Amino acid sequence: MSIDKQTVARIAHLARIAVDDGAQERLKAELSGILAWVEQLNELDTSHVAPLTSVTGHALPMREDAVSDGGDADTILANAPEKAADFFVVPKVIE
Amino acid sequence: MNDNTLIEGKNGQWEVVIGLEVHAQVSSQAKLFSGASAAFGASANAHVSMVDAAMPGMLPVINRYCVEQAVRTGLGLNAEINLVSIFDRKNYFYADLPQGYQISQYKQPIVGEGSISITLPDGTSRDIGIERLHLEQDAGKSLHDQHPSKSYIDLNRSGVALMEIVSRPDMRSADEAAAYVSKLRAILRFLGTCDGNMEQGSLRADCNVSVRRPGAELGTRTETKNLNSIRFIAQAINSEVARQVQILENGGTIEQETRLFDTSTGQTRTMRSKEDAHDYRYFPDPDLLPLNLEAAWVEDLRKNLPELPDALRARLMEQYGLSAYDASLISEDRNTAAYYEKAAAGQDAKLVANWMVVELFGALNKMGITLEESPVKAEELGQLVARISDGTISGRIAKDVFALMLESGKDADAIIEEQGFQQVSDSGAIEEMIDKVLTENADKVAEYQGGKDKLFGFFVGQVMKASQGQANPAVVNDLLKKKLQK
Amino acid sequence: MSELLSMTAVAARAGLAQKAFSARELTEAYLKAADDTAALNVYVAMTADKARAMADASDARLAKGDARPLEGIPIGIKDMFCTEGVETTASSRILKGFVPRYESTVTARLWDAGGVMLGKLNCDEFAMGSANETSAFGAAVNPWQATSGALKGKALTPGGSSGGSAAAMAARACLLAPGTDTGGSIRQPAALCGLVGLKPTYGRCSRRGIVAFASSLDQAGPITRDVADCALMLTAMAGHDAGDSTSLSAPLPDLESALTAGVKGMRIGIPDEYTLDSMNAEIIALWQQGRAWLEDAGAQCVSVSLPHTRYALPTYYIIAPAEASSNLARYDGVRYGQRVDGATLDEMYAKTRGAGFGDEVKRRVLIGTYVLSAGYYDAYYIKAQQVRRLIQDDFAKVFQDVDALLTPSTPTPAFALGAEMDALTMYLNDVFTVPANLAGIPAISVPAGLSSEGLPLGLQLIAPAMREDQLMRGGAVLEKAAGFTHIAKGAAA
Ligand SMILES: [Mg+2]
Ligand SMILES: [Zn+2]
Repeated sequence: MSIDKQTVARIAHLARIAVDDGAQERLKAELSGILAWVEQLNELDTSHVAPLTSVTGHALPMREDAVSDGGDADTILANAPEKAADFFVVPKVIE
Repeated sequence: MNDNTLIEGKNGQWEVVIGLEVHAQVSSQAKLFSGASAAFGASANAHVSMVDAAMPGMLPVINRYCVEQAVRTGLGLNAEINLVSIFDRKNYFYADLPQGYQISQYKQPIVGEGSISITLPDGTSRDIGIERLHLEQDAGKSLHDQHPSKSYIDLNRSGVALMEIVSRPDMRSADEAAAYVSKLRAILRFLGTCDGNMEQGSLRADCNVSVRRPGAELGTRTETKNLNSIRFIAQAINSEVARQVQILENGGTIEQETRLFDTSTGQTRTMRSKEDAHDYRYFPDPDLLPLNLEAAWVEDLRKNLPELPDALRARLMEQYGLSAYDASLISEDRNTAAYYEKAAAGQDAKLVANWMVVELFGALNKMGITLEESPVKAEELGQLVARISDGTISGRIAKDVFALMLESGKDADAIIEEQGFQQVSDSGAIEEMIDKVLTENADKVAEYQGGKDKLFGFFVGQVMKASQGQANPAVVNDLLKKKLQK
Repeated sequence: MSELLSMTAVAARAGLAQKAFSARELTEAYLKAADDTAALNVYVAMTADKARAMADASDARLAKGDARPLEGIPIGIKDMFCTEGVETTASSRILKGFVPRYESTVTARLWDAGGVMLGKLNCDEFAMGSANETSAFGAAVNPWQATSGALKGKALTPGGSSGGSAAAMAARACLLAPGTDTGGSIRQPAALCGLVGLKPTYGRCSRRGIVAFASSLDQAGPITRDVADCALMLTAMAGHDAGDSTSLSAPLPDLESALTAGVKGMRIGIPDEYTLDSMNAEIIALWQQGRAWLEDAGAQCVSVSLPHTRYALPTYYIIAPAEASSNLARYDGVRYGQRVDGATLDEMYAKTRGAGFGDEVKRRVLIGTYVLSAGYYDAYYIKAQQVRRLIQDDFAKVFQDVDALLTPSTPTPAFALGAEMDALTMYLNDVFTVPANLAGIPAISVPAGLSSEGLPLGLQLIAPAMREDQLMRGGAVLEKAAGFTHIAKGAAA
């Protein structure tokens, strides 16, 4: 699958990564190359193969319902680039 | 389909199609995938663990209690329980979504198809299909009104366990949607899996609404998000239906979109931040393994389910002979039913139901208080009805007694005693009153004896009046008949 | 000094126990070695004060006679492990300044075992790379140098992504180093730097507190000087962790006794499909030599077939980027790390991530986003998960017949840094290591000889899930037969 610049722009937006025009051009070629290469998987007939969702085959472990964490906003906010009172702060979101 | 749900348009009728996605918070102590508290009302970011804040390398571990409540809820919705289910990541960027994905269940939810029976005000019942129930994390909260150019983020709700309960598009009116949410909330409360507190956001509904000509293909739907009261659900649906009908009748088309409900205007509006085409890129969360449930464990939960609203309603009808309507009102809430059963013990059960539904609910409504806060306790209502049944007071006087009970908090016997409300059944005293009434109305007696039977009621009324309502009506009837025959 | 730097962890433990030297002396020697080899760009942060305090505490325990398994052993930590109070960046600009308030389970276990923390080691950005060139700190340099041929005089890659860890080990700037291995990131750099590197069974070492790259593939494991150190270190690192849902609860086999168990009676498979057309003749010769060594020690070697091996790399390059695209969504400039301001939230995200991620990370996040997106999910992601099952089944089948597999670790020895390589060529470095990650099974790389230019080459053993003991048996035999005692030219003296 060869992808176009528009597609690069679309997935860059989905991934929230700013990509300038020149980089889009370069990525178009690189990503197309990688996608063409991975498409060799189509040589295999996998129509009767269940996709693997877990490599261990184990069941999901569960924990008991008890409060054992939290209670320390300062620690949670310690690395925040911007904060006010006990909140994280971001550019205003308009709903 | 019942025709009375159709909307009259300018040039023909419209059918409304409603499906609801309800998010119900699991009543757990801790969050779905972390040990932070799930309690409501803490200061900002106080109930947040490293997992909830999506710190690098922090991993989810599931809360067994939440799984159990999802299964119990599924059983309560008569739904199939999937013994293998998968947690997926729903990927999107938002300020209150720290991981950049919500852990949810997509292709293989924990609970499959079920149904809810709703009872409408006219007493008819309808089944609303449940498509699925899945477990997922709640997001945090964005506050937009704290700063002119910034939004503030509180992650206390981030990771709180939600059950998303998705209905089939089986509802045809705002009333049906309201009845569905009431019933669902009742089931959740009976099960104890969600407290159903809508003001605190424990129960929220997303309403999918479309309109079509009766029998036509489904119309384009809109989704109005996050409605947190049954009244708002009904308002949002009605305003959305009106908007869609108007657009279509003016030759327009409905845009599939997410809308918000403005509680101040009672209208829905489009979200200003029109999100570009959603592409959630769901895939199984590799930090979690498939959730496997033991069939025996599920059966055990099934066996230990409490009595649910439908079963309770059926039992009330069967055991106490209640009407479908009274039974459905009394079975809406477990405390209401418990109150009723306590009040009805050893009494005329139908009479107790009637007093409860009409007089008590009416009074509480007027006073704006709940049944738990009622000054008249269950035993006291039972005692009042007992006094009617044993002839101590008449139904008429009982209303006065009840009013005083509400006012004073005293019980019926005390009030009857104080006020001297006891019914007069002494035939000597009643005879005296009858004689007086017949003497004063000799002309009417003559008319009656001349064949005007209808006047009998007049004499009864006059005697009751003379006794200030305290004469036993059965005795009055009896004696009057005898005297008038002469 | 050089005696302190030349011994293995097992030997250092004995020396400490006999009071031949103190933990403080050992730590000072390594702190100096780290300074002396600073040009290799292996440490991205030194924690000298912490190291000295931990060494002193170890000396106190040694004096009391209650030494723990790694008491006083100086350890360098790959920057993928979150370390409490010590900046952790995964060698990415986007995490610059991030100081975790928690410790990864694996490093916590190392400290609980008495290890001494020297500092944080360079790696590929978010562990995405095979040459340590994607690091925001610049490449780490391999202390090995070519003695002849075209590479002579050139700075060589230590491999990646645990390049800083392997280079530091080979430079004798630390005595043990935990790495992380998603597609070969422990074994490939270990092979290129003349070290032992082991990727355990998936779930053996907790992933809690390790910056995630691809969750279903990531495993931490030891990088050590020899196989005995590897057994010692893995025993300290491994163990069930209730904080990681994919953590194994089954106990680790007894690795120490496996070291001397030999391979007599073991059946070793030689997979046909690991012979590549483009493969270096020296590598093929070494592989045959390895087979002979195992047979001489009493193993029976048989050729086996893993028919889907050739699809492992493309499968990996769908699954790993898909998971990474989601795992890296949390680096959004809101709660930690770097932020580039924007007028809107989306603009802030895009600028932050555009400036914070390097080219290879962007490439993989974009590929991962694409293969998960509407309309492509089935064709790419589901297809890859189906092939992943076929690959796992291949291994399950051959392990009914053999106890372990012998393959080369890498298709080439170390190559020059800055060699303009396209992404696909770079990906080929992991062709022999990736299948074990896809199947979740353990594998070890053991140094087995030098190339004609004087660069280390490794052999890989792959075992069934949970059978790290078989890696120890075979690894110890290969190590003994190879007698690899060479020291990198750029190592501290
Ligand atoms: Mg929804
Ligand atoms: Zn939801």
